[in-house]
Amino acid sequence: MRYLTDRKRADGLGSAKSGTEHFWHMQVSAVALAILIPLFILTFGRILGAPYEDVVAYYSRPFPAIVAGLTLIVGMTHFKNGAQVMIEDYVHGFARKALVVGTVCLSYAVMATGLYALIRLAL
Amino acid sequence: MADVNRGKRPLSPFMIGPYYRPQLTSITSILTRITGNALIVAALLIVWWLLAAATSAEYFAVADGVLRSWFGKLVLFGSIWAVWYHFLAGLRHLYYDSGRGLDIPTAEKLGWGVIFGSVILTLFTVTIL
Repeated sequence: MRYLTDRKRADGLGSAKSGTEHFWHMQVSAVALAILIPLFILTFGRILGAPYEDVVAYYSRPFPAIVAGLTLIVGMTHFKNGAQVMIEDYVHGFARKALVVGTVCLSYAVMATGLYALIRLAL
Repeated sequence: MADVNRGKRPLSPFMIGPYYRPQLTSITSILTRITGNALIVAALLIVWWLLAAATSAEYFAVADGVLRSWFGKLVLFGSIWAVWYHFLAGLRHLYYDSGRGLDIPTAEKLGWGVIFGSVILTLFTVTIL
């Protein structure tokens, strides 16, 4: 038996330590996406189905490119945090850790790939 | 005793099914999670499409063909509904998080609002695009 009281062991480990920060980031990205998603649906939906030259010309313009870039950055951050909450709800132990790491990697990979594509299209 | 029951604490059970009758509020809540996470498929498709457009005309033809095939259209149509559902459910969540709308009649009204709203917005999107 260790000379620690239950109170001492639990101190500072409450859910209100780093959990609130995660929750706050979800709220901020949700508000941002409430603006970005309609803009992205309209811009992307307008050009999907057009020929190659038109797509390249369209995403060389600032507005569609910036909307797509912002939607990718904020959307994938929102996905990273949201998917992590889901994993933590249903998966335990090592599998949880592995899935969270995999989700974080996937989120940044999608973000980086999309941004690379948008920059190449714009230049 | 301070070390009693360490690591053997009861976990909170999954409520829907064994303990809880499925109801509008719980089903619309779980659908928020399902739609949100399922949207990764559309994100992967769209980023692939953008990468193909940035690479070459030949590669773009491949990705564009997949997105405009019946399968691609099915995924994109489903994703339009999923994104509008998640959009409205997210707004509902922000409203709940402000401490409002939590009484049962209001919560149920908001649930129906999310369901019908997502269908209407989906039809609207498909019509104008």
